[in-house]
Amino acid sequence: MNFLETEDVVKQYSNHLALNKVSIQVPEGKIFGLLGPNGAGKTTLIRIINRITAPDSGRVMFNGRESRPEDIYQIGYLPEERGLYKKMKVGEQAIYLAQLKGLSYLEARKRLTHWFEKFDIMPWWNKKLEELSKGMQQKIQFITTIIHEPKLLIFDEPFSGFDPVNAERLKQEILELKAAGHTIIFSTHNMASVEEICDNIALINRSQVVLSGNVRDIRNQFKSNTYILKVHSDEIKFLSNEMEIPSEWNTFSFRIQKTEDGISELYIHKEKEISNSELLVSLASKINILSFTEKIPSMNDIFINTVSGSNTTKA
Amino acid sequence: MNKIGLIVKREYLRRVSKKSFILITFLAPLLFAALVFVPLWLSGIKGDEVKKVAIIDTTGKYAPLFKNTDEYIFINSNGNLEQYRTAKDKEVFAFLNITGDLLENPNAATLYSEKQIPIGLKKEIDNVLSKYLKDEKLSSFNIPNLNKIIEESKINFDIKTIKWDAEGNEKSTSAEVASILGMMLTFIIYMFIMMYGAMVMQGVMEEKTNRIIEVIISSVKPFDLMMGKIIGIGFVGLTQVFLWGILTTVLVSGTLFFMGGSTTPEDLMNTQMAAQNLGNISMTAQAPEMNTKVLEIINSINFTQIGICFILYFIGGYTLYAALFAAIGSALEQQEDTQQFMMPILVLMIFSLYAGIYSMNNPDGPLAVWCSFIPFTSPIVMMVRLPYDIPIWEILISVSLLFATALLIVWGSAKIYRVGILMYGKKPSIKEMLKWIKYK
Repeated sequence: MNFLETEDVVKQYSNHLALNKVSIQVPEGKIFGLLGPNGAGKTTLIRIINRITAPDSGRVMFNGRESRPEDIYQIGYLPEERGLYKKMKVGEQAIYLAQLKGLSYLEARKRLTHWFEKFDIMPWWNKKLEELSKGMQQKIQFITTIIHEPKLLIFDEPFSGFDPVNAERLKQEILELKAAGHTIIFSTHNMASVEEICDNIALINRSQVVLSGNVRDIRNQFKSNTYILKVHSDEIKFLSNEMEIPSEWNTFSFRIQKTEDGISELYIHKEKEISNSELLVSLASKINILSFTEKIPSMNDIFINTVSGSNTTKA
Repeated sequence: MNKIGLIVKREYLRRVSKKSFILITFLAPLLFAALVFVPLWLSGIKGDEVKKVAIIDTTGKYAPLFKNTDEYIFINSNGNLEQYRTAKDKEVFAFLNITGDLLENPNAATLYSEKQIPIGLKKEIDNVLSKYLKDEKLSSFNIPNLNKIIEESKINFDIKTIKWDAEGNEKSTSAEVASILGMMLTFIIYMFIMMYGAMVMQGVMEEKTNRIIEVIISSVKPFDLMMGKIIGIGFVGLTQVFLWGILTTVLVSGTLFFMGGSTTPEDLMNTQMAAQNLGNISMTAQAPEMNTKVLEIINSINFTQIGICFILYFIGGYTLYAALFAAIGSALEQQEDTQQFMMPILVLMIFSLYAGIYSMNNPDGPLAVWCSFIPFTSPIVMMVRLPYDIPIWEILISVSLLFATALLIVWGSAKIYRVGILMYGKKPSIKEMLKWIKYK
């Protein structure tokens, strides 16, 4: 079941169309990656989901029905541009923000104490925000985003500003939230993290959804029958000169991708009709195969291909 | 609604607990009291050094006239001026040299000194000589009892002003008291709208440049955030006015008590009221019958009505201008950019202040009446007119107009605010800002 859907959402600003009939489906309890180059309209879409701005047309469905004003208490939003009150004490500030999200004072303090202890930051409680480092401020901001245990969490570039150790910790925290049943929308430019944690994605380019679906399906869909073969470099000559290529294999081709420490990595492209076993048999007669794997396109490649592809067709 | 409450509470508590607020709230009345009393007190202090003034009078007529005062000792001298001029050690501070009959030749008297002659000494000598010369001149006319005639013809006229109320009852009024009271109220309202309006703008810009705005408006409506801020800061302003009122009263009456020495409870109440409402100290220092007159005049002023109106106009005027300031603050990121947008508001405010000052001379004239109806000027100009007992219907119309306009401005500003707080980058023009009102 989809926890959140947008249906043909359109948003027009005075000088440009920010969103053009954008429809996304975010399944319940999954991590949904909202991808797209800068200025594609991601932030506008997130603001519409958050009810910060209203769409010109189209609908936002929240938990199976049209989104209502009180739904914002079920949403936790971590914007890309972080910000808290610099002069306000950390604890006081966190309680204030939690109260704005509908928690009572006592409940807010109880939950915050729990989270502050979990992150080992209780000593910061009475410090002013400006006394903390940027990474510390990010932690506070993360806690204030999830403190009201919203059903839907929206993280816009959550890892920016974190060192690798804390980024890993944050990732685990996000996966835990998913395991606890929260639905998460995750917007980022870091494609590696998309592969790691996202279940589904939507790629927005130039105000439109150009690609969407399950991450594994999308990557399979973008497969190009390319295989990666590792051999000793001095054996490559057997491949090029003496290999018997069956006549029906006319589309077989390979190229040397890189050579390192006497081992070469070859990209082999073959037709679908040829099975992997047939290929391996003919290769194995000539050379010593170190490794053979199918090349699955990275989200990074897919992103770049899709975005630059759709840009050139339009241009 | 309880979200607005939370925001109001935060804005209020944060600002009231600031050191600068506490400092200004408690120091300003001290400063105000000091401004009134220090000059008074200083003028009471005489220099402890007694200076010698030597009189070289060739006529011998004038020298005996001078009596020693607390500050100056006059000594008759037969010495030579030249001799004194060249003397090394000068015990004598100044020399009065009189060389002839002053009635015939007014230039015959000169005061010499090595130092700057204090104004007090010059006055003292002028007084003594002119009084003597006047008497001498008068007696030269040979009219009997002339002195007495002149004394009796000195008339100090102060017209008694009476105002009829609706039933035709007489009320003693005082144009002076009313105008001083009106002016004070005008300045207070002007100052507070400027101070606290600017504070609203600062607060809005702070949230925008801090980028906390996006987090907050994902929890509360922009309108609630804006109103919460305006109301919270408005309460800070009211708190400050209230504390200043109390502190100033306590300080002024306390000081008067110490300075006045003998005071009966009735006097004290009288001085308290006078001080609180006028800061007019001279009145209390005058004769008892003067006191009762002041009391009567003060009683003739309807303080309840003025108080209620002051609060109403304060709320209306502050809300109207604070909403404008909030709209401006939402559209800008840089402190430097604010000047251009504040200009029109400043012009309006300063115009109101001047209209108020000119209205003082004619509180029922067309300028005063019109400006006390126009919502942008009425909070300031009406303050001048209030102590003059203006008809209730005028106040009702003016207040209704003010509140209706304030609501309209709040509505428009909220629209601008909602769009503005999320706009980063280019500084918008006023035309663009007005366009935002129409955004969905």
